[in-house]
Amino acid sequence: MVKRIIMKSYLGLVLLFMYLPIVVLIVFSFNKSKSRGNWSGFTLKWYGELFQNSQIMDSLYNTLLLALISSVVAVIIGTFAAIGIHNMKKFKKSVVMNLTYLPVLNPDIVTGVSLMIMFVFIGSLIGLKMGFLTMLLAHITFNIPYVILSVLPKLKQMNKHLYEAALDLGATSMYALRKVIMPEIMPGIISGFLMAFTLSIDDFVISYFTAGSGVSNLSITIYSMARTGVKPTINALSTLMFVSVLLLLILINIRASREEKRKRQYDA
Amino acid sequence: MNESQPIILLKDIRKNFGQTEVLNNINLYVLKNEFVTLLGPSGCGKTTTLRIIGGFETPDSGDIFFEGQRINNLPPYQRNVNTVFQKYALFPHMNVYDNIAFGLKIKGTDKPAISKKVDEMLEMVNLQGFHKRSVDSLSGGQQQRVAIARALVNQPEVLLLDEPLGALDLKLRKEMQVELKNIHKRTGITFVYVTHDQEEALTMSDTIVVMNKGKIQQIGTPQMIYNEPKNAFVADFIGESNIIEGRMLKDYCVEFAGRVFECLDKGFEPNEDIDVVVRPEDIKLVHSDTGMISGVVKSVTFKGVHFEMLVEGQGVTWTLHNTEMAEVGATIGMSLNPNDIHIMKKTARG
Repeated sequence: MVKRIIMKSYLGLVLLFMYLPIVVLIVFSFNKSKSRGNWSGFTLKWYGELFQNSQIMDSLYNTLLLALISSVVAVIIGTFAAIGIHNMKKFKKSVVMNLTYLPVLNPDIVTGVSLMIMFVFIGSLIGLKMGFLTMLLAHITFNIPYVILSVLPKLKQMNKHLYEAALDLGATSMYALRKVIMPEIMPGIISGFLMAFTLSIDDFVISYFTAGSGVSNLSITIYSMARTGVKPTINALSTLMFVSVLLLLILINIRASREEKRKRQYDA
Repeated sequence: MNESQPIILLKDIRKNFGQTEVLNNINLYVLKNEFVTLLGPSGCGKTTTLRIIGGFETPDSGDIFFEGQRINNLPPYQRNVNTVFQKYALFPHMNVYDNIAFGLKIKGTDKPAISKKVDEMLEMVNLQGFHKRSVDSLSGGQQQRVAIARALVNQPEVLLLDEPLGALDLKLRKEMQVELKNIHKRTGITFVYVTHDQEEALTMSDTIVVMNKGKIQQIGTPQMIYNEPKNAFVADFIGESNIIEGRMLKDYCVEFAGRVFECLDKGFEPNEDIDVVVRPEDIKLVHSDTGMISGVVKSVTFKGVHFEMLVEGQGVTWTLHNTEMAEVGATIGMSLNPNDIHIMKKTARG
């Protein structure tokens, strides 16, 4: 009995530490006064101000556009890469898989700085300026491994004779890919897309180094605004971002559990 | 096409996977309307042979002909051959109708014709009214039927079946054996069937090709393979058998288990060392005084139709199948007819 109370309170403590800051953030985004110390009544005015702030709205637009394009491109490249890796021989496969994992484990700061140096170097050769395009390329780069890692398991689960069965029935390779392989790995492609999208919205370090001047996404804007003191509008914005990521996460989980259910029915 | 011309011809096929030799000089022909079974233990190369016919593997050397045309490099989708895969490989995201219609849609068949053909196929495999069912909701046996229908709807010249009944339970397997045999008769399509189940091979085939370690051991009708196994491997693999080392004294005269027997074989060198095969059901159980060989019963097992007895005599452990049983420890006599003794040339075993 005592043991259970201790176990429960330990878990509660961990959760408290994790979520207290966010709860405080959310609560104070509805606070009437600018003060962060005391509660002086409920208001939605910070949210209203948020949507009138053109700097924030511009960076929100950049962020969403960046997330959308980078995840779509990463999904296309990553899916084909996953199919290629799946069909490799054992040794080659493990080499390529490790090369794929490396950027995932690599500190963002290293990725960010190295991308910046590369863009500066290549930019000076072909006259490319740092801006939205370089940021986009950077986001595509760090998104690809996540797509590969979420598509590969689907390929592994697939009956390995499906592709051959399609060829056997008269399908060309492209037709078989489109009509048989793609629908089979679609759940993996979609979770890869959602993950890439979230990571792109989430990213600060790599964006910061590759954005150049003039363009910024939300995280960069918040960072620069926070340097002059955190305004309640930032609380409101952060709350909205947290809620959207939460919704995405719930969406991913619902998908996963549906998939699981379908599989279990199949096995039964 | 000429009836006597083989529909499929494999010539000197060799195939290695890395360092492993999978097929070693396979020569084989399949006639039109024939039911040919490739039989052997796992890893003998039977599935690889089938995959070469289907176009999923290319031989390292040797040629494969289809109706006289060399098709070594023809991709699977251009071969008039369809395959029923080991684990069915049905498309999980399509329903039964779409699975069966897959091949027809690619060919550009118009909708009413597809619908009619799918109906015919479903009727043939006894799945009327299953059109809209999802593949996931079907039992193993039903999935198997859909896989067969999906292949046959394309009216291939040859149907390749890769251990199609391997995942089914015994009773269902027996039913499907009969059904497959019926489909073969009704459609007149040539079947090339892969299995490791010798009984299945004996029941269904016109011709059996016994393979081991990438080599063909024997090709023949089920009767030939069973009654006249060419070597110890075939004898051992096809049904149970007693294999005893012996010596061919002269034509029709063989010595083994310490005495001389009359037999029906000839054409061996005088005093050539040979293997003798005796089927367990061919050994007659007689009184210990009148038998050709006497022995002591070591064990008796009830097998349903018969008893299986292990009898030690003349330095050999004999396996006997008989509907009557002897007591364990009893001394019995065993007797053999000349036509129950099969002589095989010595080969390296297994």
